[in-house]
This record gives sequence, C-alpha cells and structure tokens, in this order.
Amino acid sequence: MFWRRSGAENAGEEPPPSTVARPRREPRGMGLRAQPSGLGARLRSILGGSVGGPAVWDEVEEALIAADVGPSTTLELVDAARRRIADAGAETGEAVRVALADEVRERLERAGAGSFELGPAPSVILFVGVNGTGKTTTIAKLGARLRHEGHTLILAAGDTFRAAAIEQLRIWGERIGAPVVAQRAGADPGAVAFDALQAAESRGVDAVLVDTAGRLQNKVQLMAELTKIRRVIERRLPGQPRHVLLVLDATTGQNGLAQAETFSREAGVTGIVLTKLDGSAKGGVAVAVADRLGVPILFAGVGEELEDLAPFDPAAYVEWLFAP
Amino acid sequence: MFESLSARLQSVTARLRGKAKISEADLDVALREIRLALLEADVNFKVVKEFVARVRERSLGEAVLTGLNPGQQILKIVHDELVKTLGGERHTLQLEARPAVLMLVGLQGSGKTTTAAKLAVRLRREGRKALLVAADVYRPAAVDQLVQLGDQIGVEVHSRPVGTPALEVARSGLELARKRKLDVVILDTAGRLHVDEPMMDELVRITGKVTPAETLLVVDAMTGQEAVRVAEAFHARLPLSGLVLTKMDGDARGGAALSIRSATGIPVAFIGTGERTDGLEVFHPDRLAQRILGMGDILSLVERVQENVDREEAEAVAQRMFEARFTLEDFRSQLQQVKKMGPIGQVLQMIPGASQMAGAAQAAVDGGELKRLEAIIDSMTVQERRHPELIKASRRRRIALGSGATTADVNRLLKQFGEMQRVMKSFGGGRMPKLGGGLGSLLGR
Repeated sequence: MFWRRSGAENAGEEPPPSTVARPRREPRGMGLRAQPSGLGARLRSILGGSVGGPAVWDEVEEALIAADVGPSTTLELVDAARRRIADAGAETGEAVRVALADEVRERLERAGAGSFELGPAPSVILFVGVNGTGKTTTIAKLGARLRHEGHTLILAAGDTFRAAAIEQLRIWGERIGAPVVAQRAGADPGAVAFDALQAAESRGVDAVLVDTAGRLQNKVQLMAELTKIRRVIERRLPGQPRHVLLVLDATTGQNGLAQAETFSREAGVTGIVLTKLDGSAKGGVAVAVADRLGVPILFAGVGEELEDLAPFDPAAYVEWLFAP
Repeated sequence: MFESLSARLQSVTARLRGKAKISEADLDVALREIRLALLEADVNFKVVKEFVARVRERSLGEAVLTGLNPGQQILKIVHDELVKTLGGERHTLQLEARPAVLMLVGLQGSGKTTTAAKLAVRLRREGRKALLVAADVYRPAAVDQLVQLGDQIGVEVHSRPVGTPALEVARSGLELARKRKLDVVILDTAGRLHVDEPMMDELVRITGKVTPAETLLVVDAMTGQEAVRVAEAFHARLPLSGLVLTKMDGDARGGAALSIRSATGIPVAFIGTGERTDGLEVFHPDRLAQRILGMGDILSLVERVQENVDREEAEAVAQRMFEARFTLEDFRSQLQQVKKMGPIGQVLQMIPGASQMAGAAQAAVDGGELKRLEAIIDSMTVQERRHPELIKASRRRRIALGSGATTADVNRLLKQFGEMQRVMKSFGGGRMPKLGGGLGSLLGR
C-alpha cells in the first residue's frame, strides 16, 4: 500500500507542494461555529434583560456548570462578576453577560493564552494526554501549520503501545511532508525520542514533534515512563523540550483538572491544546485549568481537516462561549 | 484539589452518621454537599437537581429526621436513589439472531476499536464465534489497528481496501459472517460528532442495511456535562440499546453513566477497565452505587477471588494462620494470589473502608514493591522461609545480594513478617481477621 512507505525514506526531499501549499485560512473567531444552545442564549433566556436576584444567579451558575466550568470555578466567577456589577450599579442581563465574559477572558489572558513560538532549532515539542483526546491528529495539524510557515520537521512515533499508532503517524507524516522516526511496536518510547533528536540534529530541522501513548493519569508506572521520556530529551538536548503540550478533549468534564494537575507534575506541561471544540461541548474545564493551575491554552482543535487547528484566542473563545 | 465522588459523599454521610438528631437545616447543608459532589463527578446538572430534590423529599416524608440513626437512613436513601438512577437490572445482550450484529458507535476517541476487541474476547469466552468488521474507513490506520488487535486475540477481522464506503464494508462483513455461520458480527464504526449530519446519516444507512441486534454507544467515563446531549442525539437517530462506559480504570467516577441512564433510560451494559483485551466487565448498577458511596463492592470482590484464587490453597493458608504456623512460604503464596486477582487498587476499591488505601497500594505494586518482596523470599532457602529466626546478619547479606535488594529491605520484610505473625497469633481461637488488616485478610475466607 502506498501509504505504508515510511516517511523517513523521503528525508531531505521537498514534500509534494500540493499537500501543504494551500493558502491557510485563518478563520474569524478561531472557526468556532455558533451553537443555538450556547451559554449566551441560556443567559439571555434566564435573565431576559431584567434585574437579577438570588434565583437568577443560581441559574447563571447552572449555565456555567453546564459548560463544564465546574462548581468551584463557577462560584468564583459568579462572585467576581457580581462584584463587578455591584460596582457598575446596573444588574441587567446584558451587564451580567459582559461581566462574566470579561472575567473569564481576563483569567485566560493572565495564564498566557495563545502565545506559541518555536525556539532555536531544533525545538522539541512533546505531546501528552489521556487516551483518545487526539494527540496524533493534533501533531499532524500542528505539523501542517509549521510546515506551512516554512519550518522543517521530524515526527517521532513515541506511541509504541496502541495498535497501529505508528502507522497512523506515518500516514500523517506522508500527508504533511514530514519524515517520521519510528521503531517497531512495543519499543522503548524514550529510545524513539532519542533517535528522533539525533536525526533532527544531523539534518538540522527546526522542530521535533514527539507523540506518546495515551495514559490515564492515575497509572503510576505509565506516568513514570513519561517522566523518563522527558528526561531522555533533557539529557540529549539541554533546555528541551521547548513545549510539553497537554492534549485535552473539550468533551472532558472535571477530570480534566486531575489530568492537568498530574501531567504538569510528572511531565512539566507548558500549554494546553483543547481539541474537539467543533462538537457541542464548550471546554469549560480548560478555563478552570488555566485559572487554577495557570497553564495557558495555546491551540484549539475545531474540525477534522489538517488546517482545523487555530491559535487559541481568549477574546474569540469568550465571544463564542457567551454569544448573545 | 480533586476529590472523588465517593470520598466526598463519605465525608458527608460520616458527619450525619454521628448525629442523634438532624434538623431540616442540617439536611439542607448535607444536600448541598451532595449536590456539589455529584456536580464535581460530572453528573448532569439537571439530573443532580432532580436527584437532590428526590432525596430531600423522601428524607422529610419518611420522617427520618426524627427517627433512629437519621444519618444512616439518609445514606440509605441516597444509595437507593443512586441505584434507581443507574437502573436496577443488568443489561443482557440480545444475541438470538444468527449472526447477531453488534454495532459500536460514539464520539472520536471514546474507545470503540478497543471495546470491539474486548467484546470479541468476552463473547468467545461464552462460546460464541465473532467476526470483527472494520467499518471505520476515515481515521488513518483505524483498519490496521483493528487488524492488529484481531491478530493479538485470534479473532478474524473483515476489512476492505482503502476507499470502500463504510456501508459496503458492513454489508460484505455480514455476508461473510452468514457464509461462515458465525454467531456475532461486531461492527466498529468511525468516531463522529453527534452534530455532524452527513456522518450521522451514514450510521442510519448502515443500520437500515444490517439491522443490528444491539447498537451500543461507547462513552468515555471522563465525559462532562455534554454526555446527555451526545447520547440523546445518537438515540434520536439510532435505536441505542446500551452503553459501554470506557476508561473506568481512571479516576473519573462515572457521573456520565448516571446522567445518561437517568436522562435517556438507556442501560449501561459494560464498563471498560484497562488497556488489556480482557478489561471489559458486566455493569452492575447496585455495585457501582455502593462504590460511589464508599460502601465497597463485596460481591465483585468475592467473584474475583473465586475466579482467581486456588480455594484449597487459601484454606490451607488460613488454617495455618489461625494455628500461628504461618511461614514466609505462605506469605509468598499470598502475594502471588493477590497478584492474580488483578490490579490491587481495583481490588481494594471493592472493600468497605479500604478505598482510601487503593491509590497507595496500587502505587506500591506499580513501583515493583510486591515483586521486590517476592524476590527476597525467593532468595531464601526452604529452611529460612520456614524458620525466619535463623536469618542472621550473614544470611541477610546473602539474601540481599541474591535478590538485588539491600539488607535494609530484607530487615524490613522480616520485621513486617514478625508483625503479621504476632497479629495472627492474637486472632487465635479461629476468629476471622478484620477486613483491612493486612494481606492475609484479603484471602482469609
């Protein structure tokens, strides 16, 4: 089969231009589609433009909880918004909406949302997360973006556990014109990362994107394996990995907090990629994570195409979350 | 930061349990805690609202506040309502048709392909022959993944060349199963968003063509508030017959199960509990409710012990324990039996009052603690195992060298063992050790 051929065989060649040269659309508002069931719609029907009261604030709380912001962060947000409104003096539906939106946006910005830069070559980017959040697909999307910006890459097939994960990365490598460094299934992921760094240095590429197997954060042994992968990278290239990206599924509920906490502790997460925002989920847990752990949201996955990964824009996100 | 639902509810009920009298205000404080606990466990906010209202109404209506042990009674009401919400009975698969088609659907990354392989393993254990059909024609290497899993578990996988529509893969798979006279067709479909109309249409067309006996929605246990909307959207287009809740070996407490069952009435059929292909368990609503409340899951524990432990061996060890003839050989055999029962953390979750220990115990196993203990005992002579008092300094050094441990490790093991022996002697006269009192208690019966 044509796609079974290893991307590594193409190393050094220019990729076929058609795969990445399409003009990248940078859609307005990160390309998020408005949902009729959005928080803004809920808030409007709750508040109806009239004066609020305790019962109304309860409903506002529910709306935030329904967006997966979680009870604790919700209470904080609502308290802060109430203070804002008390200062401003007018408790109308629109005032509540604006106060909440400002509160969320400021907290996201404080955590440093959306700022992502490659460092001196080779920059190593390690992708981590629980099973099924979209790590491999995100590598392909970020890889396509970097390729489009003219960067050279190597992909490292560090998920040696899940059946056919290596093949999946190879297909993507082929499509975005990036060589894939891989060993056989079951190989030591640290060794794969090591090989990839070696190749990156000798070929002088700009970035190495390292895939890892999905793992639940309560599996002590698997988390230790991740720490080891990170250590291998640190030893081989001091100052690396430049980024450790936690890939978080927007459909995830409050367990996302436990994920962010543990992966940060064990692998030193530097940013979040919030995937699957094209469904009906709002990804509110990422707001809680950014707020409580100070980990910035860097990118958002908003569709199935290679170009459907947008730099996270707090203003656009809040606009979408609280759309009237 | 993240307390589990059971830990949270336990602290609420523990506080109530101690009180002789409970005022309506006390009740409201407790209910508020329960509400927060359920919300943090990702139970849908509407479901939580109804749930809390029902518990409140019953608590007031049944006059529990003025009766004996009000805390205990409220705990019972919460438990009953949880069971009721989760559904009383377990779901049994409808597999009368030959072949019976079992279709797996769900969002991306929920675990459909892994679940397909696990189902095939389970059905084979029941004596049914299954064909796995790779109808995820979109995700790169999804077909490869199923083919590789099929190889691993020795189940045939039907796939078609790249570019074949999913409908055609499903149809030809069913045809092949008919020809081979197989019992079950397990149809793995591509992950899709419930708001993606063309993709949902595809499922409807496949359903029309192969008429599944069971359409199972595969849901990630970590799913948040959207779980209900997702399930409702799939259910609106396809007649869902059951849920498979995956990744239950994580630390999410399964609020999604509660929500979906309550909002749609679709029963939870299975839960996925691990990356191994045998990690699929039949769902027992009452047992999950008890686990959520921290009341343990003794039934599952007993079943697991029965499945994995050599009964005669366990009885012999227990006998020696009561007669204070328990040796390091017995201890090693216990370690081995405990390992056979599966992850120690899961086992402890099932024991009343022991769930708090689960994390630490699992960490000890993952860190190789049990293996280290076994290695040390392996490095002893038979004589030493039966009479550990023989082990003096030079023997300790030899044992440490032989097992790759330090003499401090050997000392610690011997000290712990001495401790165990002392405790067992105190049980003397045939009384059973209390649960949670060391490894022996896991196997004492």
